[in-house]
Amino acid sequence: MRKTALSDEVLMAVEKPARYIGNEVNSVMKDKDKVDIRFAMCFPDVYEIGMSHLGIQILYNLFNAREDTWCERIYSPWFDLDQKMRDDNIPLFALESQDPVIDFDFLGITIQYEMCYTNILQILDLAGMPLRAKDRDESYPLVIGGGPCVYNAEPIADFFDFFYIGEGETSYDELLDLYKDHKRKGYSKKAFLEAVAQMPGMYVPSLYQVIYHEDGTIQEFVKLSETAQFPIKRLMASDVSTLPYPKAPVVPFIKATQDRVVLEIQRGCIRGCRFCQAGMIYRPAREKDVEVLKEYAREMLKNTGHEEISLSSLSSSDYHALKELVTFLIEEFKDQGINVSLPSLRIDAFALDVMSKVQDVKKSSMTFAPEAGSQRLRDVINKGLTRDDILNGAGEAFAGGWTKVKLYFMLGLPTETTEDMEAISELADAIARRYYEIPKDERVGKCQITASSSFFIPKPFTPFQWAPMLTREEYREKARFVKETFNQQLNRKSLRYQYHDPETTIIEGVLARGDRRLSKVIEGVYRRGCLFESWTEHFDYQVWDEEITRQGLTIDFYNRRERGSDEIFPWDLIDIGVTKGFLMNEWERAREGKVTLNCKESCSGCGMAKEMGVAEEDSFPKRGAICVES
Amino acid sequence: MLKVRLKFSKNGVMRYIGHLDLMRYFQKAMRRANVPVALSGGYSPHMIMSFALPLSVGQTADGDYMDIALSEEIDFHQTIADLNQVMVEGIEVQDIVPVSDDRRQGGMAIVAAASYLVSFKETQEIPADWSEKCQSFMAEDEIRIVKKTKRSEKEVNIRPFIFEMRVEEGGIYLLLAAGSSANLKPDLVLKAFLDYVGAAVDTPMHFHRLDLYYREADEFRALGDVKDDRKRSLS
Repeated sequence: MRKTALSDEVLMAVEKPARYIGNEVNSVMKDKDKVDIRFAMCFPDVYEIGMSHLGIQILYNLFNAREDTWCERIYSPWFDLDQKMRDDNIPLFALESQDPVIDFDFLGITIQYEMCYTNILQILDLAGMPLRAKDRDESYPLVIGGGPCVYNAEPIADFFDFFYIGEGETSYDELLDLYKDHKRKGYSKKAFLEAVAQMPGMYVPSLYQVIYHEDGTIQEFVKLSETAQFPIKRLMASDVSTLPYPKAPVVPFIKATQDRVVLEIQRGCIRGCRFCQAGMIYRPAREKDVEVLKEYAREMLKNTGHEEISLSSLSSSDYHALKELVTFLIEEFKDQGINVSLPSLRIDAFALDVMSKVQDVKKSSMTFAPEAGSQRLRDVINKGLTRDDILNGAGEAFAGGWTKVKLYFMLGLPTETTEDMEAISELADAIARRYYEIPKDERVGKCQITASSSFFIPKPFTPFQWAPMLTREEYREKARFVKETFNQQLNRKSLRYQYHDPETTIIEGVLARGDRRLSKVIEGVYRRGCLFESWTEHFDYQVWDEEITRQGLTIDFYNRRERGSDEIFPWDLIDIGVTKGFLMNEWERAREGKVTLNCKESCSGCGMAKEMGVAEEDSFPKRGAICVES
Repeated sequence: MLKVRLKFSKNGVMRYIGHLDLMRYFQKAMRRANVPVALSGGYSPHMIMSFALPLSVGQTADGDYMDIALSEEIDFHQTIADLNQVMVEGIEVQDIVPVSDDRRQGGMAIVAAASYLVSFKETQEIPADWSEKCQSFMAEDEIRIVKKTKRSEKEVNIRPFIFEMRVEEGGIYLLLAAGSSANLKPDLVLKAFLDYVGAAVDTPMHFHRLDLYYREADEFRALGDVKDDRKRSLS
C-alpha cells in the first residue's frame, strides 16, 4: 500500500490533507532504484495554485519521459502543516515517493512572482538545507531556478546554485546528461557548476561578482571563472508546434485554480505593450499548428476526464486560426458536456457569437483591459485599444444581452496626469451611457460597470525599466482621487470602482528591480515568519520596511529614482535577445506619446529577427511579420 | 432513464479525499472510461450521479455506493473493467447492478443501515473482557450521549440505533442505523462504549465501513443486492 510521509494524526489534523498525499491521476510512479536522476520540481505556493501551472506540467512530462529520471512535485506546506513540520522535525517530502527532498539530485523551483520569495526559503528550510548555495556541499540537491522572475534573479541569487534562463524544452536533456556524466566520473559540485556555466542559458551566480558604486548602483560584473559566459543568452524554441506537450497532465483530487485542460496556442506576443514583461521576454510570437492543437485537445480530455478546456496565450485574438480552433472545440465536444472557457478576447462579432454559445450571458461579464483611461496615456503605454474599440465592443455586448462589464486599469503609469486619471471614470460612464441608449423596453434592468485598478510596477526588460515609482502616500492619493471622480459621474449608481492597497506594489517593485544586496532582507523577513505574501492577508509591509532599513538600504533607491540611460542594471547579466537599445528607443517614444506598430504590421527592430536568423536587410524597417510569419 | 448502482471500495490514502472531491474524481473517471453518464441540462451540464451515504474523511470502505443515470445501455462487466483501468490506487469498482429509476428507490433514499469494523491504531489486541462488555453494553435499555450541534447541546438515547455490536477478529463490529430518517455515526458509539468500559475516549481508532443496507421486510440487504424480480423487470 502507498506510504505517506505524514502520519494519519497529522493528515487528519491539517486542512485539505489531499494536498500532501500524491496518488493523483497521471502522477508518475517509478522505482527509485532504477533511475539515475531524481528531480524534485517545486512551485513555491499552496498546492491548488501550483497544480494550476502549465509550466510545471510541461517539465514534469519532459523529465519523466526519460527512463533514467524520476521527476516528482513539491508545493508549499500551508501554515498549519508548516508549524507541524517544524514542531515534529518532519522533513519536506516530494508528493510521488513521499521521500525527503534531501534525497534528490535536483530541486527545481519555478519562480512566477516576486512575492513568493519567502516561500522559496521555506522550501529550503523545511527540506533541511542551508539557505545559501555556498553553504551546501555535495550532499544536498542542486537548487535550480526557472520562470519569469529569473530574468532578474539577483535578489534571490545567493540561494540558488544556478538559474535556467529561457524555455525549458530546449536544454534540460543536455543538462541532465551532463549531470549523469559528472556523477559517473565522481561528482564534484564545483566542477559540475563550472561545466554548467558553459552551457547556453545557464546562469551560475556564484561565478560572478557584482561590484557597486558608492551610490549603490552597479559598477561592473566580474567573472570569477574564465569559462563563465557574459552575458547569458536566454534559451528559446524556434518551432513551438513540435515541442513535447503534457498530453496526460496530473489531475488533482481537490479543486485547483485551473481545474481544466489548458491548451497553449502560442508563445510570445506581437503587441509590444510597454509595461508588459512577458511581451518582451518571450519574443517573438510563435504560433502552434492548429491541427496539432486539435489532436492535443482530444487526447488531453480523454486522458484527464476534465469537463472544461481553455486556451492559453498572451493574446489569443492574435492567433491565426482562433476561429477554426474555437469552433472545433465547441462542435466536437459539446455533446460530452465539455465547457470551453475563453481567455480574454478582443471583443468583436466573432467573440460575442462564441461567448454566447459557451456561457450564460445573464451571469457572465465582458472584460476589457484598457489599462489607462485616456487615449494619450494608452499611446504612451502602446496599448493598441481605442475608446471606439471599447465603446463599440461594449455596445455589441449589450445588444447581445450582457449587462456586466469589467474594466482593468493601472495607476501610476509614466507621464500620468490628473486628466488621465479623470478619464478612467469618464470612460466607465461612457460605457454606461451606451447601455442606457438602448430603448428601455429592450434592456434588462441596469448595467453594472466595474473598474479595478492596480498600481503600475516597472519590470526589467521592458521600455519602462528606467521609470521611477511613487510613494505609498502618492499611490493612495491617486486611488482616492479616482474614487472621487467616480462619484461625480452621471451613471454613478451603475459604476463601481475597486483598488488594491499599494503596500504590496512597493515591495514587489523593490524586488522586481532589486540587486543581490536584498537577499539579506528576504532572509530577514522570512526569519520573522512571513510566508504566502502574494496573499494580501499574509503580507506585512512593516516587516519588509524594517528589514530593508536594517540592511542599510532604502525603498527609495530601488523605486524612486529615474534610472539613467547609462546605468548598469542587475539584470544586464542576461541577454533576452531584445536589445537594450530598442527598449531605450521605446522608452523615448513612450514619453513622446508615439505608438509602435505590432510585429505583424511592421518589424520594429527589437533584435529578435536576428535571433531568428533573419538577415538584417530583410527586416527592420522594411516589412512586418519577419519573426511571426514562418 | 437507465439507472445503475455502482459499488466501490475506498482504501489507503484515498481516505483523505472528501466526498465532494470524490464525486469530482468519479465524474472525471467516467469520462476517461467513456461511460455514457446522462447529463443534466443548462449552461454547465453535470453528470447525474449521487452517493448513497457520504463517507467521512479518514474512513475507509469496502462497500460504498453511488447511483448513476445513463444515457445508453452498457455492458456491466466491460464497464467495471474499463473503470478499473482508470482508477487510482485505493479505489476499486466492485460491481454494477441495474436499479429502478424511481427516485424513492435511489440509494440515498433507501439506505437504512451501515456496518463498520472499528480497529485501534495503537494496538491490534482487544482486551479479553470487551466481548462480554459489548454484550452488557447492548443489554442496556438506554445509552445516553450528549450530541453537540452548532446551536445547542442535547442528550439523546442512541441505543435504538445500534442494531448489532460485537468483538470480532481485528476490532469491533457495528451495525448502525444510517440514512435520512436516522443516522448514527460510529465514533459516537465507540466514545460511549470506551466511556462505559472506563477506557480513554480519545483512543486513536480507525473506522472501516463494510457495507450499506436497505430494509426488505424484516431483514437488511446490501445495497448492491438488488432483488431478482427487479432485475428482471428492467431487462
